[in-house]
Amino acid sequence: MPDDTILEVNDLKRHFDVSPPALERLLQGKNRAAVKAIDGVSFTIKRGETFSLVGESGCGKTTVARCVVGLYQPTAGNIVFDGVDLGRLRQRKAMAPVRRRMQMIFQDPYASLNPRWRVRKIVAEPLVTHRLVADKRELRARVDELLEQVRLSAADGDKFPHEFSGGQRQRISIARALAAHPEFLVCDEPTSALDVSVQAQILNLMKDLQRRLGLTYLFISHNLAVIYQISDRVGVMYLGRLVELASADGLFAQPRHPYTQLLLETIPRLDAPVGSLNEREPVAGEVPNPIDPPPGCAFHPRCRYANDRCRSQRPSLLVAGGAFVACHAVEEGRLPGR
Amino acid sequence: MTAYGNGEPLLKVENLRVEVPTRRGSLVAIDDVSFDIAPGEILGVVGESGAGKSLTGAAIIGLLEPPLRITGGRVTLGGRRIDKLPYEAMRRIRGKEIGAIFQDPLTSLNPLYTIGHQLVETIRTHLDLGSAAARARALELLNEVGIAAAEVRINHYPHQFSGGMRQRVVIALALAANPRLIIADEPTTALDVSIQAQVIALLKRLGRQHGTAIMLVTHDMGVIAETAHRVAVMYAGRAVEIGPVRTIVDTPSHPYTAGLMASIPRTTGRRGRLQQIDGAMPRLTAIPSGCAFNPRCLKAFDRCHAERPELMPARGTMAACWLYADAMQPTHA
Repeated sequence: MPDDTILEVNDLKRHFDVSPPALERLLQGKNRAAVKAIDGVSFTIKRGETFSLVGESGCGKTTVARCVVGLYQPTAGNIVFDGVDLGRLRQRKAMAPVRRRMQMIFQDPYASLNPRWRVRKIVAEPLVTHRLVADKRELRARVDELLEQVRLSAADGDKFPHEFSGGQRQRISIARALAAHPEFLVCDEPTSALDVSVQAQILNLMKDLQRRLGLTYLFISHNLAVIYQISDRVGVMYLGRLVELASADGLFAQPRHPYTQLLLETIPRLDAPVGSLNEREPVAGEVPNPIDPPPGCAFHPRCRYANDRCRSQRPSLLVAGGAFVACHAVEEGRLPGR
Repeated sequence: MTAYGNGEPLLKVENLRVEVPTRRGSLVAIDDVSFDIAPGEILGVVGESGAGKSLTGAAIIGLLEPPLRITGGRVTLGGRRIDKLPYEAMRRIRGKEIGAIFQDPLTSLNPLYTIGHQLVETIRTHLDLGSAAARARALELLNEVGIAAAEVRINHYPHQFSGGMRQRVVIALALAANPRLIIADEPTTALDVSIQAQVIALLKRLGRQHGTAIMLVTHDMGVIAETAHRVAVMYAGRAVEIGPVRTIVDTPSHPYTAGLMASIPRTTGRRGRLQQIDGAMPRLTAIPSGCAFNPRCLKAFDRCHAERPELMPARGTMAACWLYADAMQPTHA
């Protein structure tokens, strides 16, 4: 593995058992069923970059994030963090040093902070857990420093989470995530619950911290504009699989996969010409049921370029221009040039 | 404000005030809000959470949760005053003349009845139709909102529909009695982008074909930019700017609207630092005197701290900002 790779995800799968109860299976002859939330996803993240996963609800992006930080065990595949295969670390003790270096920021700042704890205790928890400070005085000084790092004041440490707005709470989450000097942050929709003006504050803060502390981000979002602003490279997911992997500039300038094109065409635009008040043709169809995904390319029922091969054979991620695309039409050059 | 097109405004909201009594006195949740909507017009109402945009919608259809109550102003629909109507009279207007679409389609539907049952019930409550005619109308509505195989789907329960399809059912319900006004509160927020585009297109078509007036409440400026004719921007319980959608998006007058537009991330152009508005919207308990935006405003001056601005003509819009106090005099422009 080259030196500048911090995270490598190889053919990751995570299935959830959604079978009916055993009695129903026996009496009514129902079969076992599984949701393939992630069905073979591979990517690498370089040190210091922001790698983003984008997709609609149910595409598996959050499941990937949770597997990476160890909240879910992968069904198959492996995750290598800085040369260490996380799947081999079975014991808590062996996990602890990796845990310290990898932290997570959650979507809902109202649910991710303990309402009964003062902010100081919340931010101090990783420091205590990982025994990173010698005494109480050092603990206090470090928490003050962390709060100031996210543009809160040391005095805010004595308050409770309910005394803060959504944006301020997300700052507290970030301070907590930074407490143990991590190198790698997994950010699962960190601004989705925030208003736009506050979202801009948090995104700017995250960029500043990345530059200052040399952080690497795995960033999950459904908001393409946010993805464009913060990412270096982007993976687009659809029904548990990556359909396109490209640099952020490349993806937005020249989306290659028909699904990526659909996503980019359908985001409501501020710069919509007045005429678009008359119909912009919305693409019909919805994301299929992940319990029973379509055969072949999962996107084929909604894709205007689908042919027999797309309906039967699953495409894999192949190099196309400067990007990786899982699409037969792209591979065969059937897609009209844009 | 001028109405859209040349028709008389259908809905007129004048100096609406909503308060919530607390132990420490009454808090003003909506303060002196005025706007109107013409038939066929889509008025976008934007603002951050807590700005009062949903409450404004709820006040108009008489669905304010007690102890919230209207304490001032008037709401007229087609010339008839509706803010002081008794409960029963308001109930007849709701659904018949004003349809409502809420953010979460699952909570707007009864999980125990088929959607056909719910549609027929709503239709028969408001229109004088027999059950067969009501069912035919229900099918027609489902077709209209783009639900395929309506004859089969009409017998399905809400849980058998996906999120986007459920929102279409809710829209069909709102349309059941051909209302003149629809209040849509974040109708696309719970939906994925590709589905969102379908629902937006549907709403626009309704406005065009039936002349339905739509009050579209959302925090998503992109949705507004693509859908609305005019926009009202709310901040801390007040309408701070009202104007045509392109003017509000491209050349807003109020410093808050300008900051809001600049802080929206875009998918084109230069990447880098987003413009941010420092601070947060004040809570109802701590609304500053003068203009509520003054602590976050880079252009604030003495008058902004002392005196509250009303909507006044600005650059192509109406803005509640003292920067435009002299704009009426052409010599100054």
